[in-house]
Amino acid sequence: MAEQFEPIIIGFTCNWCSYRAADLAGTARVKYPPNIRLIRLMCSGRLDPTFVLKALAEGADAVMITGCHPGECHYIEQNYKTLRRYLLLRRVVAQMGIEPERVKLVWASAAEGVKLAKEIEILVEEIRAMGPLNWPGRMAHAQTAAGAMAGHTNGAGISQPIPEEVRA
Amino acid sequence: MSENGKPKFAMYWAASCGGCEIAVLNINEKILDVDANFDVAFWPVAMDAKYKDVEAMDDKSITLTLFNGGIRNDENEHLAKLLRQKSQILVAFGSCATEGCIPGLANFSSMDSLFDAVYASVSTENPDDIQPQYTYEVPEGVLNIPVFYPVLKTLDQVVDVDYYIPGCPPESHQIAAVVGVVLAALRGEVELPPKGSIIGAGHSTVCDECPRQRDVKKIKKFVRIHQAEDINPEICLLEQGILCNGPATRDGCYARCPQVNAACIGCYGPAPGVVDYGARMMTAIASVIDSRDPEEIERILDGIPDPAGSFYRFNLAHSLLHAAKPAWKDGYTSAPAVDPGIRKN
Repeated sequence: MAEQFEPIIIGFTCNWCSYRAADLAGTARVKYPPNIRLIRLMCSGRLDPTFVLKALAEGADAVMITGCHPGECHYIEQNYKTLRRYLLLRRVVAQMGIEPERVKLVWASAAEGVKLAKEIEILVEEIRAMGPLNWPGRMAHAQTAAGAMAGHTNGAGISQPIPEEVRA
Repeated sequence: MSENGKPKFAMYWAASCGGCEIAVLNINEKILDVDANFDVAFWPVAMDAKYKDVEAMDDKSITLTLFNGGIRNDENEHLAKLLRQKSQILVAFGSCATEGCIPGLANFSSMDSLFDAVYASVSTENPDDIQPQYTYEVPEGVLNIPVFYPVLKTLDQVVDVDYYIPGCPPESHQIAAVVGVVLAALRGEVELPPKGSIIGAGHSTVCDECPRQRDVKKIKKFVRIHQAEDINPEICLLEQGILCNGPATRDGCYARCPQVNAACIGCYGPAPGVVDYGARMMTAIASVIDSRDPEEIERILDGIPDPAGSFYRFNLAHSLLHAAKPAWKDGYTSAPAVDPGIRKN
């Protein structure tokens, strides 16, 4: 029997809400699948679409963007920018031949550990059903990362591809 | 050095339109400096030469090679590698060589659909459905044509590149300035910039050079430029709802397009510090849309009919994703030489 596909999901969390929601889930022993790797930003408004594209290009199967509920941003209104970026990014991602469902936006306050855990669970199952993204440039990047690090100014410090063993 | 003691100069075109060569000739009387100071060793557009002549040259015997055009087929790649081997300074010249440019837009489509568009679409009269064959036998022997790659690559994705000169085409005053620096360096008067530098361009964005007045940007509706009823020549185009790529684009062109009521389309490539040009455009555009309501935002975004095409018009082949999935599906023959990343100023 073939092994179950375990998607890799990169989650961007806001320092003031969703990161604390994830923390709360941990404290309260609410379980969520380990497929998501959380990265903390100071605000979802810090999310540059570059981060999402880089994640997808280098091995992630999906990206979850999380932030404070509309109207509750610690920095007043930056999460509205996130909303607009997300809606635009989905259109571009679809044109690149990637299922737009692989990029998801979730609002989660610091009190919503259970909600965040549930949303992560849902996304993992959706992506599991969808199958791996396997962006074809990924291996190409992996093969040449050493070359890029060794002297070529272009790649310096930009890329650390996800090794194959992490995925297994 | 050639027999007459002058350093050798070469210029080659791969997948490009020829505009870069014209831009070089447009440096006017400075072209005489090029001729006076360089021996033109290889320049297929300007003079007859055979690839075997280049192959016979000593390694590093060409001082300066300007390489324009993307890597579309194995002939382009062969010449890129050959000229790298024979040149001391290899310059990715123009948008195609640095970031793929218009030929790189083919990376949105599969090879099959590209060939269909060229050989089988309604605009082509091809009743016998003749398709190109890579090898063909004739009585005199076997003929070969270059093998087409499924994905267009930039020059630095196949060989090591010393400098980049962006632009579609590079502005002639910038080319003249670069020629001046190289000549001064050959005379020992100045040092060449660090390897990997982008030369012949500015260090900011097109907005910085643009003379239009800028104020707070709050956009409720995007219009395409031909649909705009009245364009105020004094005010920022983006503020008037016209998609302008100035905020993400490197300066150096004197904002020529916005000055004549045409939006910047991004030919000078990413501004300093930008990893992915399209991502920077998405950030900029999303920030200036004046709405907090998802449905209204979607309606406003409908005013940009082809976001990926508009944001990656010149940069798709050097973007993080490099090509859309249909293009990848045909298989990918070799790895990019480097990760797309930040180039030096």
